[in-house]
Amino acid sequence: MTSVDQAKQVEKAPAEDDLQSGGEQIYVAPPWKLMWWRFRKHRMALISAVVLILAYFVAIFCEFVAPYDPNQAMLQFKQVPPTMIHIRDAQGQFHWPFVYQHTRTMDPQTLQITSVEDTSTRYPIQLLVHGFEYKLLGLWTTDIHLFGLSPAAQDQQGEFIFGTDRLGRDMFSRVCYGARLSLSMGMVSVFLSLALGVVLGGISGYYGGRVDILIQRVIEFIRTIPTIPLYMTLSAALPRDWSIIRIYFGITMIIALVGWTFMARVVRGRFLAMREEDFVLAARLNGSGEMRIILRHMLPSFLSYIIAALTLNIPNMILAETGLSFIGLGLRPPAISWGVLLQEAMNLRSLVLSPWVLVPGFAVVISVLAFNFVGDGLRDAADPYAR
Amino acid sequence: MLGYIIRRVLIMIPTLILISIISFTALLLPPGDYLTSYAAQLRQQGESIDQEAIDSLRERYGLGQPVYVQYIKWVQGIVTRGDWGQSMEWQRPVRDLIGQALGLTVVLAVFSLLVSWLIAIPMGVYSATHQYSLPDYLMTIFSFLGVGVPAFLWALIIMYFAQTKLGLNVGGLFSQQYLSAPWSWDKVVDLLKHIWIPGLIVALENTAGDLRTTRANLLDEVNKPYVELARAKGLSEGRLLWKYPVRVALNPFFSTVGWSLANRISSITLMSVVLSLQTTGPLQLRALTSQDMYLAGTILLLLSTLTVIGTLVSDVLLAWVDPRIRLEG
Repeated sequence: MTSVDQAKQVEKAPAEDDLQSGGEQIYVAPPWKLMWWRFRKHRMALISAVVLILAYFVAIFCEFVAPYDPNQAMLQFKQVPPTMIHIRDAQGQFHWPFVYQHTRTMDPQTLQITSVEDTSTRYPIQLLVHGFEYKLLGLWTTDIHLFGLSPAAQDQQGEFIFGTDRLGRDMFSRVCYGARLSLSMGMVSVFLSLALGVVLGGISGYYGGRVDILIQRVIEFIRTIPTIPLYMTLSAALPRDWSIIRIYFGITMIIALVGWTFMARVVRGRFLAMREEDFVLAARLNGSGEMRIILRHMLPSFLSYIIAALTLNIPNMILAETGLSFIGLGLRPPAISWGVLLQEAMNLRSLVLSPWVLVPGFAVVISVLAFNFVGDGLRDAADPYAR
Repeated sequence: MLGYIIRRVLIMIPTLILISIISFTALLLPPGDYLTSYAAQLRQQGESIDQEAIDSLRERYGLGQPVYVQYIKWVQGIVTRGDWGQSMEWQRPVRDLIGQALGLTVVLAVFSLLVSWLIAIPMGVYSATHQYSLPDYLMTIFSFLGVGVPAFLWALIIMYFAQTKLGLNVGGLFSQQYLSAPWSWDKVVDLLKHIWIPGLIVALENTAGDLRTTRANLLDEVNKPYVELARAKGLSEGRLLWKYPVRVALNPFFSTVGWSLANRISSITLMSVVLSLQTTGPLQLRALTSQDMYLAGTILLLLSTLTVIGTLVSDVLLAWVDPRIRLEG
């Protein structure tokens, strides 16, 4: 038996039996493997992780996933309700997913658009169809999209999974594009706050004493100021004529300015707990320098906690950006983020006539919940040796 | 006890100074000074400019002088005359504008705090004592809904259903006739009729965290030896639970009143913009978009002061309940 085979067997075995009653492989498994086994037991976390991977796939390849150009106002399709996708026709026969022909009429009094399905004509949903041109990852020009109707039907008939907005723009495409800014913003600001949090929390926990007290006071002070009013004040100070990219980074920095306090607390707590550990003392007696002790010995043992804390912190960042853009102080149109899209719902007429403008809100809820579940799972898995 | 309170109040002072510096800096960030735009605005409206009045305002707020002079004059005005500056947009002293809005924000925050305690404590205790039961799972789901759905989204959803299904308009905190009426008994009753929807929305977002804290803390407490001892002495289960572990489990709750007030103020701010409530939220948003900086700065300053006071109250309460704290100082 080769060593590769052996490794494979070890990997397979614990899938069948429980971690608690686990066989010998538990004693030889490296920490990351123990963490994975533990994480896997948290079913919601596992499902949420898949959801997040999909969401980030959409965010990265939004041009490919979106069937329509998100800024294209199709005047003939204003406030069209979501199009149902069927797999079963009126006669009860199953088909490849399709949409029916729609006759859309507008009520002259309420301006509400009603869509009636004409079950005699079916348009199958096609995969990898030609649509608007874009640059994939900013490199290759192409016009292939994940799905859509045949080009003619796409324009005449339309398939709008989440309906269209007041100007006749496809909500589904807009939500896909919104994912790019909203989800990346959560990531970028969490890493910015991580950088600040690790440095300041690390100093605080490692050196202790006066520096520690000072940094802790600063953290308490920052957390006293209500976040949304503070974010509002700071982002209102960003110049109006800045480009989308600059506003994006401005907002990210503002959010990270408060976010680092949460990271610093976690890092400090870990440092305090670990400072007294025997292996740190041993490293010090061996003559390791401070930096080496921190980076080589301490960091690996609390990295998992940091990753868990990071994941639990991303929802706050996403919610902050959404809230700010929603009330018009964050990103502004033509930038597309979930918060910007929700501005449409502020208009009571729009909300009543086309409640699907709330869909970006549900995208926020799903990603926030998913991050929370994954974070919970990671936190439980962070210390695989604790029983 | 009195010594402890005095000490805590003294510690507050540097915090307040820091807050005022931050608010003032935020107030200076946008380009241009307020009197210049004020004068421009008057000129635009074709009104004659009373140069003397402008100069006296310039003198009073120290505009055009170094930043620290402006700051000192602003603080001096607040402390000595209760003068928070002049609102450019409303052409009135800031003091006249924020009173009611701030009061309503406080009422909403405290109301939602009480509601979420009323919900979270019994539910958390039940959840912890009946771990892994069906209600426990239901409450976990409920708390995740609270975590995932921000207050402003609830507000939008409720507004939609109220408008389409019930034909109600849930926006606002007062009926039309009481909007600008002076405070009276009827107005208070009218406020109570309107406040419960926004109050519940804010409570909903924040109850989840409280519930999870209660549950987690209580689960830590119930296995401790003192509980075992009380049980061994024959205390009834209900009495035992509420008299000892629950009280300990709720401690961190009260010690973080300040932070939970801050969170609620954030939720209220966004939600108020959606429901157009007459709280500080829409007022601050409007002040910020029209660069009415004294108004915006004052609101930030006062909201932060609120949470500082909240922290003070909670510290004093804790010291009153737990003598160890006031001895440590």
